[in-house]
Amino acid sequence: MRELLPLSLLGAVVGLDVVCFPQMMYSRPLVAATLAGAFVGDAMRGMLVGVVLELIAIATLPFGASRYPEWGSAAVVGGALSATLPADRAGVVTLGVLSALGTAWVGGWTLVKLRQWNARLARNRRRALDAGARGAVIGLQLAGLTGDLVRAGLLTAVAYALFFPLAARLSVHWSFSGPLSRSVVMMLATSVAASAAWVIFHSARGARWYFAGGVVAGLLLLLAR
Amino acid sequence: MTAPAISAAAPAPAPTPSLPATTWLSIFLRLLAIQGAWNYETLLGNGIGFCVEPALRQLPGGVHGAAFKEAMARESAYFNAHPYLASVAVGALARAELSGVPADRIERFRTALAGPLGSVGDRLVWAGWLPFTSLVSLAAFGLGARPLLVVGLFLVLYNAGHFALRIWGLRVGWTRGLAVAPALGNPLLRGGPAHLGRAAAAAAGVALPLAAARVLAGGPSLLTIVLLGAALLSVLLVRVHVRVEAYKLALILIALFALLSVAR
Repeated sequence: MRELLPLSLLGAVVGLDVVCFPQMMYSRPLVAATLAGAFVGDAMRGMLVGVVLELIAIATLPFGASRYPEWGSAAVVGGALSATLPADRAGVVTLGVLSALGTAWVGGWTLVKLRQWNARLARNRRRALDAGARGAVIGLQLAGLTGDLVRAGLLTAVAYALFFPLAARLSVHWSFSGPLSRSVVMMLATSVAASAAWVIFHSARGARWYFAGGVVAGLLLLLAR
Repeated sequence: MTAPAISAAAPAPAPTPSLPATTWLSIFLRLLAIQGAWNYETLLGNGIGFCVEPALRQLPGGVHGAAFKEAMARESAYFNAHPYLASVAVGALARAELSGVPADRIERFRTALAGPLGSVGDRLVWAGWLPFTSLVSLAAFGLGARPLLVVGLFLVLYNAGHFALRIWGLRVGWTRGLAVAPALGNPLLRGGPAHLGRAAAAAAGVALPLAAARVLAGGPSLLTIVLLGAALLSVLLVRVHVRVEAYKLALILIALFALLSVAR
């Protein structure tokens, strides 16, 4: 696992983007998993994991104080894992997605803990903040940013170190075919994305017709290719 | 609607103070890290203080002056907003502080502004622009685009909107000061979410079959089965209003599938 250190650094930078800095959305699974795949030598396999995760992530709306999965570090773990395992094994995309989903769940919990830690730091500096101390404000901001960077890096390192050997073992004993494995994962991801699209957009007038029109256009494009 | 309340409390804008270009750059870069100390007690408050701080240095007495310290204490208190639209608040608050607006008026303005900036931003960005650009990029993937093009398309498209919104917010906040409320009635902010909703619905319709086809890389019969299964499952998910979050449900089902595959 020579790739563990560079992947942890990538996971740290990508995880920081989710909330703290700079929110340019390179932490989206489509981007992060592809980057991770490219890091270990196979961008396309990283992207396959990223596409599946992106479809599932559409259902997550990161509104303010709500608790949501941390997709950035998770996508790095899933994309890299899938791109590192031997390409001829049937379940590698499925295992990449599975590891990423598990990491995203735990990642959401670590974000909550980081926010609680930030609140504790702010409470401890209350007197200085009330006095308008510039150093206290800047110090809290830098502590939060550093904490998030470390959180995301550690999460990536621990998740990859745990999931990679497990996935490698599981992939050896994987009995379902590649097409079946991808079909099940893709059916789930597509259904999550479609239901999320309905929930998010149905209040816009005529959205269902736009969706139906889009499906027809998509199918026509498929037939034309 | 909170916006009229802001408008009623707003005084006529004072003459615009000026800030050096380096201060603007510093404020803008800090805006990218505005959520750095986000927490469940003051939410975005510390971030607002952090972003306004370069402008507050212009106050009489500089960073050691009483005016600076009072303003820093005020600006670092509880605040909530969408991170991108918080730039409106940063611009308006910086101008109010430098124009010598009384503290109680600034505090009332902060309270009134927080709600609209949160809800407008959430609907426009998280529930509009982000899923739309994501689905357009997924459609590009489905049409056979290479990884670099898909990733590049998403990042360029998304961040064009992202940076435009931050820059617009900072500019409008600064130029209008406490009279910024009418700017939140901008047609783009009011009607944008509905237009984006329709565009994203269309993009979802195009992207889902195309992306599925490319991931499966199988024949038409396999794709038909997957799309029909996904359609049925999505109707079920919408109708049943499953309490568990979608990604957790996906995790559980894929884990069971993996166990079955290995144990068979």
